[in-house]
Amino acid sequence: MAAKYVGKRIKRTEDPRLIKGLAHYVDDVRLPDTLHVAFVRSIYAHARITSIDVTEALKAPGVVAVYTGKDIATTVGPVPCAAALPDLKIPDYRVLATGKALFVGHPIAAVVATDRYLARDAADLISVDYEELPVAVDVEASAKGGPVIHEQFGSNIAYTLTSGEGDIEAALKSADHIVTQRMVHQRLAPVAMEGRGVLARYFPGEEELTLWSSTQIPHLMRTQVALMIGLPENKLRVITPEVGGGFGSKLNVYAEEALLAWISIQLGKPVKWIESRRENMQATIHGRAQVGTVEVGCKNDGTITGLRYNVVADLGAYHQLLTPAIPTLTGLMLSGAYRIPAIQMNVTGVFTNKMSTDAYRGAGRPEATYVVERAMDIVAAELKIDPVEVRRKNFPAKTEFPFHTATGLDYDSGDYEAALDKALNLSGYAKLRAEQAKARAAGKLIGIGMSSYVEICALGPSQAMPAGGWESATVRIEPTGTVTVLTGASPHGQGQETSFAQIAADELGVDLNAVTVIHGDTAIVQYGIGTFGSRATAVGGTAVLIAIQKLKEKAAKIAAHVLRCEASSLAFEGGRYSRPSAAAASAVSEPDVAVGEAPAGALPEPDTEGRSTLTIQEIALIAHIAKELPPDTEPGLSATYFFEPKNFTFPFGTHICVVEIDKETGETKFLRYVAVDDCGKVINPLLVDGQIHGGIVQAIGQALYEEVVYDEQGQLVTGELMDYALPKASQMPWFELDRTETPSPVNPLGVKGVGEAGTIGATPAVVNAIVDALSPYGVKHLDMPARPEAVWKLITG
Amino acid sequence: MKQAISINVNEVDHRDEVEPRLLLVHYLRDLLGLTGTHVGCETSICGACTILVDGQAVKSCTMFAVQADGANITTIEGLATNGNLHPMQEGFWEKHGLQCGYCTPGMIIAATQLIDRNPNPSRDEIRHGLEGNLCRCTGYQHIVEAVEYAAKKKADL
Repeated sequence: MAAKYVGKRIKRTEDPRLIKGLAHYVDDVRLPDTLHVAFVRSIYAHARITSIDVTEALKAPGVVAVYTGKDIATTVGPVPCAAALPDLKIPDYRVLATGKALFVGHPIAAVVATDRYLARDAADLISVDYEELPVAVDVEASAKGGPVIHEQFGSNIAYTLTSGEGDIEAALKSADHIVTQRMVHQRLAPVAMEGRGVLARYFPGEEELTLWSSTQIPHLMRTQVALMIGLPENKLRVITPEVGGGFGSKLNVYAEEALLAWISIQLGKPVKWIESRRENMQATIHGRAQVGTVEVGCKNDGTITGLRYNVVADLGAYHQLLTPAIPTLTGLMLSGAYRIPAIQMNVTGVFTNKMSTDAYRGAGRPEATYVVERAMDIVAAELKIDPVEVRRKNFPAKTEFPFHTATGLDYDSGDYEAALDKALNLSGYAKLRAEQAKARAAGKLIGIGMSSYVEICALGPSQAMPAGGWESATVRIEPTGTVTVLTGASPHGQGQETSFAQIAADELGVDLNAVTVIHGDTAIVQYGIGTFGSRATAVGGTAVLIAIQKLKEKAAKIAAHVLRCEASSLAFEGGRYSRPSAAAASAVSEPDVAVGEAPAGALPEPDTEGRSTLTIQEIALIAHIAKELPPDTEPGLSATYFFEPKNFTFPFGTHICVVEIDKETGETKFLRYVAVDDCGKVINPLLVDGQIHGGIVQAIGQALYEEVVYDEQGQLVTGELMDYALPKASQMPWFELDRTETPSPVNPLGVKGVGEAGTIGATPAVVNAIVDALSPYGVKHLDMPARPEAVWKLITG
Repeated sequence: MKQAISINVNEVDHRDEVEPRLLLVHYLRDLLGLTGTHVGCETSICGACTILVDGQAVKSCTMFAVQADGANITTIEGLATNGNLHPMQEGFWEKHGLQCGYCTPGMIIAATQLIDRNPNPSRDEIRHGLEGNLCRCTGYQHIVEAVEYAAKKKADL
């Protein structure tokens, strides 16, 4: 199909409502008689709740109801965990604390009032008596002993798992050098600019519940919440209005979502809860939080013989939807962009008195990339060879794909050297090294860092996923010729209303504006999996493409019938089916049916007498009027397809950055940032650039600024944006982007996914640059975030 | 004890009786239904709630409605004139200066003040001028380009 839209920098169709302030996020959805919910949350990390006195709260103005753990203990099911690991310990996670509070922010009571201010006032009148218990905060200490959070398990260890292939002992033994490095992947907060929010409305007569939630997974939420509250799934409708960012934090089913649904049923009225930023920091999932030691064996020439990573993962107090599974993604990606014959990861998942960790942009892969890319630099330093050469030495050649790794994956396609070379050229690497030497001689601390990453996207084949890895699409041409695409993906800023319309418009030969992409409403859209794991375009976009191909098979049959020829002989060009003889002269000679200009009332069937061509929109009308259909043809023109990918996709790239460190303050300043990414075929380069930029900035946030800090009592120190440092415009470099394009063979679009690439690829590039800058001081590693104070201490010894 | 206030918002006069503790952002959103102004942090850090109060960019999550008594306010809904997008709105659209869109209204309002004060800002000046507005999606680069676009467009008008 001629690409009029695919591959072009097309500005987004979703933007007008957003830039005018007319879009609807959850809190913008207004229903009459809505009640508001405020929570009482634990002020202790670990405490027995000895009593809750709600008397005063119930008397407070505007208060309608107050609920505590005893109200929901037998009526609302536990918060679900979908991860399946051998011998996994799964604690019973109730939507309100029952008996004990296990982290700061653990919900204890819910107050329902007529106004959000009054709900908050009343929450402050609830008196909770606590008996403080010893806390398990440090993840390594909690793995070894100390206070046990879930007594029934006897320890804080939720699971242990060993993964990888090859004889790691022999591989390390065969090495000329073994380098070992302990690394901390600090706990991060996703901080979507819009926190979570829920609006639940129950109609007692119809026994139907509608749940508006700021989520990435409307259908999975429908299934899970229906199970939790015991409502038939077909009586629950989940709508995701505009979603103000997710980054994995809304790839979950939370206590508040089920609780609000249940409260709405109890009261027969709409109830709303909008998360405050403080609640968001306390009780929305965190990410990363691994402490591990990597051992890498290498030959004198830089050839890597094996890699072992022993890691403890800080899971928090409970499992959210995917909590224990995140470190397994780390294990999968420990081969990075390299041929490593033997790899082993030994992971211990540990409960601590903190909020759960779960999927935050990258979800286990940034940790792997950081381990591997830091290790490559450490090996280079050990062997005194250029970091570029160590990487090049261990890349699989582009002819070796599909490439099997010792982590058990088959990388779909790749040309790692091409991306590396492009990044080296774009950055002027050789010149940069020369400039660095000069600057060093002048006493300046300049560092050059790189990272050649591979990530795993398009999650994924159902066999490898907890509950379905496919995605769905329905494509419909309406009687008036407009095209409706229903996708099971649930974009929340990624721009698939535009990019899926690009795919559809090209395939159908219609104008982009004729296509509307609908998502995020379980009553309208067929079941879907959602948006996460850089899957929406690679899996969901492919479903759109194949649904259209199915639709066109039917359209061609109708066209052949009406034009009185064989379907196989028809030409399809510019949205028009033509008889063979007419194909050449057709498109210009017969006018299009203008979209939206069909007359009101009874739609007149197109006059087909003597026609040699028909637009696909005319065929849609014929299919709906259904008087001129071939025998045994269903009326209507729509098709649905559920696409099951055969494999993941594996985007890759090389990032190079140059930093200067201020000797006096320890501050890191960017001088250059070059990123060459390969995400396969590109549907919309403008959107891909945006994903890369945003991903890199989140990676820089981890490298330099961000850390969720709990003190030794388990108190959350970084409880607001005043304390949790997000990257600002003034701190960020200008990104110089380029691409290589290696199509994925896994899907017919050839796309790989790009949502997480920046976050996965960039963190080690930045830290490698800082370590490189500090190498004159003998610095071989520093843990993130590289705060000025920590850097300054390394400089001043 | 409710207090009477009189506020002009997007060139429409409003008279209301409000609780003294009612935040200006909640007045705009809940009483006037102008939900384009968002709440992102409640502590004046993120800037999602930025509006213009008498021409000055203000974070409406940490100002009381009663403090705006007598003021002229512009919110994102009031930026376009006669259905034509403000150059800054156009710039954000053209340059892909938004993804999830949640920070966007505040970012656009702050950026309009920026180019009002400095009609031809450098990229560094744009970045510093937007330090009070956080965006978690875009990485800021397209926002910088959007502001450059708007500054140029405004100069050409």
